Amino acid sequence: MIRLTDVCKSYPTRLGPMPVLDGVDLTVSRGEQVGILGRNGAGKSTLIRLISGAEAPDSGRIERSMSVSWPLAFGGAFQGSLTGLDNLRFICRIYGVNPAQTQDYVAEFSELGIYLHEPVKSYSSGMRARLAFAISMVIEFDCFLIDEVIAVGDHTFREKCRVELFGKRADRAKILVSHQPQYIREYCDRAYVLSGGKLESFDDLDEAFAFYNDAPPPALQAA
Amino acid sequence: MARPRGREAISATSISQSWQIQRRVIWALVLREILTRYGRHNIGFLWLFVEPMLFTLGVTAIWTALKAVHGSNLPIVAFALTGYSSVLLWRNMPSRCVMALETNLSLLYHRNVKPIDIFLSRLLLEAAGATISFVVLGIFFLAIGWLAPPEDVLKVIVGWLMLAWFGMALGTLLGAWSEQSEMVEKLWHPAAYLLFPLSGAAYLVDVLPRQAQDLVLLLPMVHGVEYVRDGYFGSQIVAHHDMAYMLLWNLGLTFCALALTARVTRTVVPR
Repeated sequence: MIRLTDVCKSYPTRLGPMPVLDGVDLTVSRGEQVGILGRNGAGKSTLIRLISGAEAPDSGRIERSMSVSWPLAFGGAFQGSLTGLDNLRFICRIYGVNPAQTQDYVAEFSELGIYLHEPVKSYSSGMRARLAFAISMVIEFDCFLIDEVIAVGDHTFREKCRVELFGKRADRAKILVSHQPQYIREYCDRAYVLSGGKLESFDDLDEAFAFYNDAPPPALQAA
Repeated sequence: MARPRGREAISATSISQSWQIQRRVIWALVLREILTRYGRHNIGFLWLFVEPMLFTLGVTAIWTALKAVHGSNLPIVAFALTGYSSVLLWRNMPSRCVMALETNLSLLYHRNVKPIDIFLSRLLLEAAGATISFVVLGIFFLAIGWLAPPEDVLKVIVGWLMLAWFGMALGTLLGAWSEQSEMVEKLWHPAAYLLFPLSGAAYLVDVLPRQAQDLVLLLPMVHGVEYVRDGYFGSQIVAHHDMAYMLLWNLGLTFCALALTARVTRTVVPR
């Protein structure tokens, strides 16, 4: 279970601290598929970073009794001068996983093959994204955080990602943030809308979508 | 696929688990840093200590050629080895830590990687490089008869460790501070340059006039260098050091460094 209680986070701006999250409550149980809708700038990525533990809240509590992934869509913190394989080994070492067991899977799944031995800076953005996704499938978590939907690679690769994440790992919890309602509808049982620093909860997906469509853009709320 | 070892992906961890995770993360960062800095080409990670060795050898050669006046009868090789190695030890550490977070912000997306781990991995690497260089050159000069063995090895080790501690505390402090203010990076370069001639690397405190002695002995690293020299050739020189004074400095710097790092850890935003 992941439980956020009255979580607040603000960032300094020229006009003083600007609250991004203002008393957010959220509970996610094992195996739940939760969607969080928010406009650009509503604080979705901030919320995901706080849930993952990469950043600490200003106030409030965040409890985790299951293992939580890093935010999946991000580039993977690759060091460009290192090879794809070196970057894979680094992530494995951090999470205490034996790198040797994972190499074949990543080479195959990422469709990089021998390019795994080349520096990441020589990769195209598609190759990087495929590597990042493959590496994030190597470490198993109870809950996956997905920041924007995995729009990586071509159609076949996206389908592979979908099978891997929502097919083979259907039993894992997922928290998916997006500004596109159709993704949330496709994958989630429950939806929230992040608006004005608050996380509004809805029992019904359609209610959430209706609320989302009426919510004002974040910059206007702040002003 | 593989599950993360133990329960560490979960927030509640015991102290021994935390220690285990931290060791693992620092080791991963050290390996990453070695590969990034030295690559797999030519001599690879040997550059870690070959580079400081070249520096020390170069300075030794220049000082020998110029017949540098250092105010004692000590062989110039012994003087340069102890002096320049100790500068490399404490001065490179802050240089490696300043702006280290800025360039590695994306690593912080991995929850177990904290700013202190990024600093520690770089500091350990720097300490290892300077120490291996110092020991290898010491043995080399000893073998070819240019240098007598240290009179008191323990003193050399204690002085060296104190200098390393000083460098690590200063490095962490400036590393964390540079995340909050860009001034730190700008000011550290001239400061490092100006501190070198004052740091005791290029002179013995004993040859300075009394008033100058009092001034330079305000600098903590001077005590460390003098202590190392006391260990190496204490019977031939008059060494000036107050290790309790240096200890106070190290403790104070360490406290400030950890406090500032804790603050930065709370405010830094992964990118």
